Amino acid sequence: MHEILSLNHVTFTYAPEEPTVKKAVEDVSFHVEEGEWIAIVGHNGSGKSTIARLISGLLFPQSGTVNVLGQTLSEENLWESRSQIGMVFQNPDNQFVGATVQDDVAFALENNGVPYEDMVERVHEALKQVKMDDFLNHEPQHLSGGQKQRVAIAGALALRPRLLILDEATSMLDPQGRQEVLSVVRDLREKTGLTVLSITHDLEEAVMADRLLFMNGGKKYAEGTPSEIFALGDQLIELGLDLPFAMKLTKLLQAESVQLQGENMTEEQLVNDLWTSNFKK
Amino acid sequence: MMDKMIFGRFIPGDSFVHRLDPRSKLIFVFAFIIVVFLANNTPTYIVLLAFTLLVILMSRIKLYFLINGLKPIIILMVFTFLLHIFFTKEGPLIFEWKFIHIYEQGLRQGIYISIRFLVLVFVTSILTLTTSPISITDGMEVLLGPLKKFKLPVHELALMMSISLRFIPTLMDETDKIMKAQMARGSDITTGPIKDRIKAVVPLLVPLFVSAFKRAEDLATAMEVRGYRGGEGRTRYRQLKWSIEDTVALLSIVVITAILVYLRS
Repeated sequence: MHEILSLNHVTFTYAPEEPTVKKAVEDVSFHVEEGEWIAIVGHNGSGKSTIARLISGLLFPQSGTVNVLGQTLSEENLWESRSQIGMVFQNPDNQFVGATVQDDVAFALENNGVPYEDMVERVHEALKQVKMDDFLNHEPQHLSGGQKQRVAIAGALALRPRLLILDEATSMLDPQGRQEVLSVVRDLREKTGLTVLSITHDLEEAVMADRLLFMNGGKKYAEGTPSEIFALGDQLIELGLDLPFAMKLTKLLQAESVQLQGENMTEEQLVNDLWTSNFKK
Repeated sequence: MMDKMIFGRFIPGDSFVHRLDPRSKLIFVFAFIIVVFLANNTPTYIVLLAFTLLVILMSRIKLYFLINGLKPIIILMVFTFLLHIFFTKEGPLIFEWKFIHIYEQGLRQGIYISIRFLVLVFVTSILTLTTSPISITDGMEVLLGPLKKFKLPVHELALMMSISLRFIPTLMDETDKIMKAQMARGSDITTGPIKDRIKAVVPLLVPLFVSAFKRAEDLATAMEVRGYRGGEGRTRYRQLKWSIEDTVALLSIVVITAILVYLRS
């Protein structure tokens, strides 16, 4: 497997002159392999958004290195690395540059000097991937939040990136919009094997990832598969992170001495566990 | 009131004028503004008026709609007409009543100036009515292209314009939301003396500005991450296509100029 991204002992502070101020990110190391879905979780101020900014080269670390596709990120290769990374931000309105859906998807392509004929093809292809191909000429004010975020994903996909970063991309959406966006990302991963790094505090989203990175106070607190992380249980709750609803319900049911097998991170697992629970008696 | 105002509004359609390239429309309007000043006698003004009517006809925009939408401008027109009638004192006297004296030249000048005003406003309105703001921006960017040699940031200006256009509805929504939020807190913007009403606008503007700056910052970040670094080496997704119709439109201006030069005294 190919390494897409790695951070080595990255430290960053917004106030370098004042050593007393707590660092936003302190000595964080992790790596992302090709085809993985990795989620960074943590409550507000845990440094997870700073990490996204470090990866996209909006900020540079005071110490440590950020490597994108084997190259250490620097002022010189910044634009090249940005053309390999697609990023979707939190606010659906504030990242919509074009006057219509297709103009917006083409924006990154225009920036990278892609020829016209190529652009048309890529715009259509990307919009089809997020199921927004019926909305080519729609203006942003006539789209829902979920639709706008799907357009933003298409805008990132049109560049054919190696890594898609979702920086709290679902946090401003209603439950339906969130479902739309997440199912699009899941489909994409199934079809194209795209590498995804999602920064989130939505636990349903975190559960969908292959690997979780739990940030606390600018430091990496734990890393592992979702079941490993959520097995930390009460520790997580102390640090301001909740457990997925299905897991909490499982615990409560177990306390009421219902025989349940797994830890049931998703609703589906819980339902399956419940209806089979009596067979195992 | 805002619904009736058509100044700067775009009405989508598929007429001959709608289909023209924004570049040819812009050149056309610019040339027309100059050509209008060639007219100086009755036949030339009739030609101008007829030509304008032809343009309106081809844009398939209803004359009634146009006149209705331009009412405030027509009031201004009537005002200049009256000024000319009362204050130009040349030629034979044709009407006299107490202190009002109307001279032939005054009447003539008044009518001429009004027609000039009318055709200018109509033709420029037809431009904005039949061309989407974004196409106008595209057209301007190309037409102003040569000015890049004089260090005019043409691309940046065009991008600024298109982003402003893109954010108008967003900020309108925002204003509406803030207004409702402030009204829910007991702020009253619609009644009371004018001084109080102006004061009530402040708690509306401050949050609007704060959020606009926040949006601007977010947008700048998103643009940078998506690889925006100025106009250098950029390709265009919105292509402009010059067709035979555009050439015809520009030729019509040449023809009208020739007619006016021939007829003018």
